[in-house]
Amino acid sequence: MPPALPPALLDALLDPVTLRQVAVAATCNVSCALVGCFLVLRRISLMGDALSHAVLPGLVIALLVARDGGPAAMLVGAVGAGLATTFLTRITQEHGNVAADASLGVVYTTLFALGVVLVKRYMTDIHFDIACVYEGSLLNVAMNTTRIAGVDVPRAFFTAAPVLLAVVTVVTLLWKEWKVATFDPALAKTMGLAPTAMYYLLMTMVSVTVMTSFESIGSILVIAMLIAPGAAAQLLVDRLAPMLVVSAVLAVAATLLGAAAADAMNVSPAGAIAVAAGLLYAAAALFGPRYGVVSRLAGQTRLALRVRREDLLARLYRRREASPIGAGSPEAAAAGRVTAAEAVAICGGGWLGRRAVRQLLRRGQARQSGDTILLTDAGAAEGQRLVRSHRLWESYLVDEVGLQTDHVHDPAHEVEHFLGESIQAQIEEQIAPRLDRGRDPHGRDIPAAGGPRSDGRTGGGGT
Amino acid sequence: MLHLHAHPGPPHVSVPPVDPLAADDPQAADAVGAAGGSVPAVEVHDLTVAYRRKPVLWNIDFQTPEGRLVGIVGPNGAGKTTLIKAILGLTPLASGRVEIYGKPYAAQRRLIGYVPQRESVDWEFPVTVRDVVLMGTYGRIGWVRRPGRAERATADRCLEQVAMSEFAARQIRQLSGGQQQRVFLARALAQDAMVYFMDEPFAGVDAATEEAILTLLRTLRERGKTVFVVHHDLQTVQNYFDDVVLLNLRLVASGPVAEVFTTDNLQRTYGGRLTILEQAAEAVGRGEASR
Amino acid sequence: MNAESVVPKIAAGAALLGATGGVVGAFAVLRRRSLLGDTLAHAALPGICIAHLLLATRDLWALSVGALLAGLLGVVCVTAIPKWTRTREDAALGLVLSTFFGVGVVLLSIAQQRPTGAQAGLDSFLFGEVAALRGRDVRVLAVVAAVSLAATAVFFKELKLLCFDEGFAAAQGWPTYTLDLAVMSGVALVTIVCLPVCGVVLMAAVLIFPCVTARYWSNRLGVVLLLSAVLGAAAAALGVLSDQIEAALFTASPGGLPPGPMIVLVSGLFFAASLLAAPERGLIARGVQTLRTRVEVVTDHVLREMYEFGEETGGQANIPGRQLAARVSSDPLTLRLVLALMRWRGWLEADAGGTLRLTPSGGTEAAGVTRTHRLWEIFLVSRADIAADHAHRPADELEHFLPRTLVAELEAELARTGRLPQPAAATAAGHVPPSLHAPATTEDRA
Repeated sequence: MPPALPPALLDALLDPVTLRQVAVAATCNVSCALVGCFLVLRRISLMGDALSHAVLPGLVIALLVARDGGPAAMLVGAVGAGLATTFLTRITQEHGNVAADASLGVVYTTLFALGVVLVKRYMTDIHFDIACVYEGSLLNVAMNTTRIAGVDVPRAFFTAAPVLLAVVTVVTLLWKEWKVATFDPALAKTMGLAPTAMYYLLMTMVSVTVMTSFESIGSILVIAMLIAPGAAAQLLVDRLAPMLVVSAVLAVAATLLGAAAADAMNVSPAGAIAVAAGLLYAAAALFGPRYGVVSRLAGQTRLALRVRREDLLARLYRRREASPIGAGSPEAAAAGRVTAAEAVAICGGGWLGRRAVRQLLRRGQARQSGDTILLTDAGAAEGQRLVRSHRLWESYLVDEVGLQTDHVHDPAHEVEHFLGESIQAQIEEQIAPRLDRGRDPHGRDIPAAGGPRSDGRTGGGGT
Repeated sequence: MLHLHAHPGPPHVSVPPVDPLAADDPQAADAVGAAGGSVPAVEVHDLTVAYRRKPVLWNIDFQTPEGRLVGIVGPNGAGKTTLIKAILGLTPLASGRVEIYGKPYAAQRRLIGYVPQRESVDWEFPVTVRDVVLMGTYGRIGWVRRPGRAERATADRCLEQVAMSEFAARQIRQLSGGQQQRVFLARALAQDAMVYFMDEPFAGVDAATEEAILTLLRTLRERGKTVFVVHHDLQTVQNYFDDVVLLNLRLVASGPVAEVFTTDNLQRTYGGRLTILEQAAEAVGRGEASR
Repeated sequence: MNAESVVPKIAAGAALLGATGGVVGAFAVLRRRSLLGDTLAHAALPGICIAHLLLATRDLWALSVGALLAGLLGVVCVTAIPKWTRTREDAALGLVLSTFFGVGVVLLSIAQQRPTGAQAGLDSFLFGEVAALRGRDVRVLAVVAAVSLAATAVFFKELKLLCFDEGFAAAQGWPTYTLDLAVMSGVALVTIVCLPVCGVVLMAAVLIFPCVTARYWSNRLGVVLLLSAVLGAAAAALGVLSDQIEAALFTASPGGLPPGPMIVLVSGLFFAASLLAAPERGLIARGVQTLRTRVEVVTDHVLREMYEFGEETGGQANIPGRQLAARVSSDPLTLRLVLALMRWRGWLEADAGGTLRLTPSGGTEAAGVTRTHRLWEIFLVSRADIAADHAHRPADELEHFLPRTLVAELEAELARTGRLPQPAAATAAGHVPPSLHAPATTEDRA
């Protein structure tokens, strides 16, 4: 990523104030990403939403009780608010018969409103801008520093760094407990691994991370940092440990990109970081190597093209086979021909059809002479493989599955593209006793696995 | 009176654990050994389960000696899964008690293996097949400690037993239904339990997996394990199991298949006149008082 | 303008808003899409900013169109993400909500740099400007309210079906997709129109609270909708008036009470009160019900134990209190309460030595209770395959809840199958069948 950054953005990132902003934001965001992975996996991402709102009254009450607002008071306030939210949501859900999403909506709006009323009511003397709660104030965070060993260290770092350390410690120590409690709580319970306690511990960790992120990126944007890196990582990797690592990397990347863009365009850094996180998720969803929308669409297109190409090859092979001279002779080669327009139509027509025909020509499986498309030897071999696959499957359906002869063409047409050599061999072995005549249910020859059969003759039948 | 649960049963010989897996775990052997061979592996006494107040299982009573394959059979909604969950402490009991080798469940947790229904977990979860099997050892190794080489070896061995070794590194969603079931079985094997509870392991699996599961169940029995299986298919009960628990809200009968799996009992399980029992359960659920 | 005269008007406008939000939001809640309004409201911010930046206007209509477009794009994303990727719906909601909001915050910071840019403050977007509710806003609100309420009334049957059983409605040939779309559009419309007034956080509360609260009081959709409207209106009006109320009752505080958050808090109060105090579904009602059940159960036990004590001792029903306590398994507190209640009902007499005796009316009661118990035991043993030594406990549990009709059915059933010794006599209410395990019980208790 860094080499791709234009020099201006790089300069922006190297500015000491920006550097401090990035350092604090990245520390907070990595904590968020790590706990957020477990929220995403437990399918309770919106608990992050609820907790980030509900922490506000906790902090306000902590500030009111301990006027100086030391980190310890804030911590107690955040944890208290987080546990209260978790508990209240459970109560309304389990004892109040309220649906999960509605109970979240009920609890977090109330707690947040409580926080706002408390602020407006009692904190007129303290500078506490509510909008700041929503978008944070990274600049303030970066300017509020203390000097340690000649370096200006933002004060916020003294809460953010220990929290990150605590998150990493808890995740590492309770790795297997969290894993099993997230994946299969019933198993965790039968093993005595206290899944409920683990749930509350996770919620506590989320509250604490949300609290540290409050100043720097604000309560709505912190949701982006909780969910986006984890959700993106889930699209990229298949194991839990890599998922956590990838989510942390994505969180740092989002912070760098967002801060650089904000600095260059002079916009809100917190907003830019949240947008960067969202864009990283979108990129993972679209271009992820295995589960990305683009790669899946590309895979589907490739498959569609292959099926179309093979349909044409099989059709040409059948025509050649049907010619009275026989498939093996050189004259027969001329029999397997269609006009270019026909070829495109056989390939399903349209853009994909034209493309499929072009691919066949390029691969040397078919050649064009004037307006006609002819089968080459390579194409004939491929066509033979397909027809063999088709007729073997038809025979299998009739002999083993017991379908009617006139009902087996369509399913075989579907399946012929996907039968590998080993399955073909298995089918042949299974139906061998009835296959001595080497004919399919319609009475036609089943071509051999290797080169063209010398005695390839046609039978009756309409396929 | 038709009351079959107190059957004398054939003499059950307690098989000492010859299983190399069990040798890993001397404590488990102690817990069983101390109880002696005569103690039933599982004893369920007077167990009643109620949701809110509506009873869903009434006074279940049975005991099963060591080394039996037990089918839990009954119609839909008979409370089969509930029975297993109640025994495992996943559902609170309204009354009654459960003893595993003569001691309460909480003390014998490590002797229990559990195979939940396949739908109960998120198969999109980012874990590989080996990770899932490794989870079976978590209860044994206790808090904070991480699985080591021995546990990994156990997991690999268990995967081998269900013929899933080649899939060890796959993400679990990329498996067929039958393969997923085998992974769950391997995880239960890794729990190295004495008593297994399996919730419909045969549901929706292919013939090969069904055969593999059956072989595995028989291997477990040879090693002196006791296995409870919630089962749906009446056709196969006689072939698969030694004992059967016939359940429909209450225990209809329990004991060796030959004695208990009779037409009469089946009729009472599936077609029994339970309207009053159900009505009563409804009444209790609504909390209607007679006055 | 005189503040005093404006407040009631604002309260009335807010009440209209609350009622509309309550009714329309009820469908979102019942369709399990409670947070749809929340997402829409958050996602609307970039739309508002873009409209503001492009058109350089603060015109309500222009901003509303921008908000609506952005909000709908957000909803499209929320539905598309779970469909196309492995990401679940909950994560999709959170992602869209926060990313769109982030875009809005970025755009807002651009807008604030412009010399022309009138500060479209984030603060007012978040919490709305209930106090700025004007005549024109109220007229717009009134139109939206009229349209949505009329639509609800006209399509009540269809909407009911949709909320209750979507699959069934589809099978009957109702265009459920169109209906659903219409409902969601209604939610979107109300959200966008109310957004400038109530702000993001309040919006979610206005949509969700009334219905969730109303559900505690009724199981009928019509009543729930009506209650939602009333509760929404009441919460909104009280929230707006809270500052005045406080000033009148106590002393006005310098900070005042912000109307937007106060509406949420009043709604929360209504909800909490319903959660606790609603009949049947409320926590208190259920607690009382549990206690009453326990008292009834213990009362029956006491009656039966005294009856059986009488049987054992040959008609002599004087039992020392201590001995009774030993026979009845109950905590001492409930037992004391039960005994007091029984004496108050005139079923029980106690002498100075603590010996208890049934009065004639108590005796009749005890015979009835014992009779039901034994009938049930006979049934359990004969029909439900429960062993005689285990029949006591389930009978114990159940007999308290058996409706009279069921007892009659039980008698008929037992008499028909010959389980009840004397069919003719058994149906006479006074007859108490002999205990199934009388000898066993005496041994047990010895």
